[in-house]
Amino acid sequence: MKILVPVKRVVDYNVKVRVKADGSGVETANVKMSMNPFDEIAVEEAVRLKEKGVAEEVVVVSMGVSQCQETIRTALAMGGDRGILVETDDELEPLAVAKMLKGLAEKESPDMVILGKQAIDDDANQTGQMFAALMGWGQGTFASEVDIQDGSIQVTREIDGGAETVKLKLPAVVTTDLRLNEPRYAKLPNIMKAKKKQLDTLSPADLGVDTTPRLKTVKVAEPPKRQGGIKVADVAELVDKLKNEAKVI
Amino acid sequence: MNSPIVNRRDLDFLLYELLDTERLTERERYAEHSRETFDAAIETAHRVAVDYLQPHNRKADLNEPTFDGDKVSTIPEVKEALDVYCDTGLLAAGQDFERGGMQLPATVAQTCTAITKGANVGTFAYVGLTVAATNLILAHGSDEQIQRYTPYMLSGRFFGTMCLTEPQAGSSLGDLRTRAVPQDDGSYRIRGNKVFISGGDHELAENIVHMVLARTPDAPAGVRGISLFIVPKYLVNDDGSLGPRNDVKLAGLIHKMGYRGTTSTMLNFGENDECTGYLVGQPGDGLKCMFHMMNEARIGVGLGAVMLGYGGYLHSLAYARERRQGRAPGEKDPATPQRLLVEHADVRRMLLAQKSYVEGGLALGLYGARLVDDERTHPDAAARANATRQLALLTPVIKSWPSDYCLRANDLAIQILGGYGYTREYPVEQYFRDNRLNPIHEGTHGIQAQDLLGRKVRQEGGTAFDTMVATMRATVDEVNHDGPGSLAGEAEALARALEALEETTRALRAVGETGDTERYLANASDYLDMFGHIVIAWLWLRQAATAAAAQPASDDDRAFYQGKLAACRYFMNVELPKIHHLAALLRRGEDTPLNTDPDWL
Repeated sequence: MKILVPVKRVVDYNVKVRVKADGSGVETANVKMSMNPFDEIAVEEAVRLKEKGVAEEVVVVSMGVSQCQETIRTALAMGGDRGILVETDDELEPLAVAKMLKGLAEKESPDMVILGKQAIDDDANQTGQMFAALMGWGQGTFASEVDIQDGSIQVTREIDGGAETVKLKLPAVVTTDLRLNEPRYAKLPNIMKAKKKQLDTLSPADLGVDTTPRLKTVKVAEPPKRQGGIKVADVAELVDKLKNEAKVI
Repeated sequence: MNSPIVNRRDLDFLLYELLDTERLTERERYAEHSRETFDAAIETAHRVAVDYLQPHNRKADLNEPTFDGDKVSTIPEVKEALDVYCDTGLLAAGQDFERGGMQLPATVAQTCTAITKGANVGTFAYVGLTVAATNLILAHGSDEQIQRYTPYMLSGRFFGTMCLTEPQAGSSLGDLRTRAVPQDDGSYRIRGNKVFISGGDHELAENIVHMVLARTPDAPAGVRGISLFIVPKYLVNDDGSLGPRNDVKLAGLIHKMGYRGTTSTMLNFGENDECTGYLVGQPGDGLKCMFHMMNEARIGVGLGAVMLGYGGYLHSLAYARERRQGRAPGEKDPATPQRLLVEHADVRRMLLAQKSYVEGGLALGLYGARLVDDERTHPDAAARANATRQLALLTPVIKSWPSDYCLRANDLAIQILGGYGYTREYPVEQYFRDNRLNPIHEGTHGIQAQDLLGRKVRQEGGTAFDTMVATMRATVDEVNHDGPGSLAGEAEALARALEALEETTRALRAVGETGDTERYLANASDYLDMFGHIVIAWLWLRQAATAAAAQPASDDDRAFYQGKLAACRYFMNVELPKIHHLAALLRRGEDTPLNTDPDWL
């Protein structure tokens, strides 16, 4: 089977993000960028399926600026076979990404698309679901276990209060949660091998997708600074404050 | 509690803005590389460091290896981390593609190892020694020896050691006594005792390949009689499997101040007269072989010292930004909130000193690694020869200056944390203890000073020295001397220091020419100190010029470049003037130590 793994280039999880002075977004100039950690888990799972002989080919896809090539190369160094970059300087929203994935899925005919449940920059948690809906495929989101069977796939999902196991017909979409696996490091010799792997570049127009944002960012702000605590005299005062100041009871 | 190992922004600045490492990809050997592959390798090193090495740094310090008379035990995290390190290919990072390496430039390979040292120098040492031993066999071993040992060393199945020191021969290597007697089959019987052998015994790899210096029976006295031997813990069969146990016995472990994760051993070779060794290179060439590898090993020591200093700097900086203590001088109102430590000028002084030492030291180490790359791969023969000369001259400085000043940085980090810094709850005291080894091993501070003044400065009639001074002077002329971003004051300070260096060196060489070598070298350590400070000042001026010309991409970036300018100013105003005192004492031939009778002490 063929697996398609979409990966996103995001601000590295170790970086303390800062909001731009004009409130238009977060600072990304000269900031360390990496693969979205949930997508790393997706790449790892796909590569493991390949190593088990379940998958024949792992195709890694990214969308965005030309530097997304680096992110794809990282995935190829982890064991992906080839890459596709849909290059654009536009800001991409989940719907546009899902539409472009649809275009790619129609070209590539994968049996499975596995991607992170969300990206750590916008935390949207939408792309996988939108893409599955556009394709009319089944979706196993928040996967903590994936088991391929004959023509179908069993996905254990992390849900509130426990786990749910669903069985999906292939082709299907899986989005990864943290417990699915522990991604490997890019081994040094594989970094060199990745350089020689095929990496094609397309444009959104090639896929017939209009990426114009449907949303407008009004303002981006830092979370409010944590205020110091206060001491209350008695329970009555506490209840009063919870009721009238904090308005939580 | 973990703190950042290095400022990645600084690393990028040094590698790509100051040293233009990307241009190395124009060279044939690195043609398949790009900044992308360099960064990917550094990223892998950093992740292995953070995920596997750093977490047990303290635990390994508190739980030294033990010896039950039969086997050495280490905490399990050490082997786990080393297995991951080898598996990711970091051990072979700089080796040829054909040997399974990544063929990284020395500049990038040294960056990768520096990061792992910063995370856990005690665990790193095992693989560091293995790389050194492997390089020794690759450079001087026979094809048969290369085949028998190096593939397994590069994969991490075998580890390596360097066995030089003996109880009576430390700095005085020429006095070593281990004997090697030729056998009919071409091998040698080794007999002798070695001490302070790091990684000399353990169960972390299947086998240990000792590189042993010893004397053949008819060898002349002194260094010319020393030969190099491979002495494996287990003999290795033709198919790579292990043969019988060799007669190398662990006599005991040494209990150290720092670097406690690394076994330091006393080894007995040939207690039963059954220790087999194999000659590497020609008889009598042992030290020559060893020193061929020394430049890189010494850059490694210097960078290790830098990284321990760097860790302390970043930890004390984070602490100073969080910890509130005291009020502004003159503020008498106890109701006002306390100030952050970093708001006190005296604390900023200690942070600036650390910053100027560790970032200056990192620039020096990476510059040295770049010279290794230029020596090996520069397309122009004259440039290669120049790199060789410059590297030879600077190696004692690259090893010693960080070992001295980044240890001082650790001292300041402890000071900033105060009583907490003195406890084992914070990492800064361990950085200090670990770093205290660096002025001692791989040639002590004093030995490096003698190497610099006794040999390197005088080599080829002083060509390397003159070239180095000319290189530094060119920077003085190149930097911006007026208008905004002017570095005229800093450049002037370096120019004056260079004059003092030339004058002092001339005066000393006149003493040397009288043949009174003892007098010539009596203050060699001060000369090393002076020389090192000037080279660091030069690298700070270059960093400042780069920072002043840069276009900051954000507020953080602007602050980063301002930090470079401030550290340069600090070094030029506060540190560099110290060389004029050293110059004066060197020029007058300060002779108190020379003339002090040992009985008076």
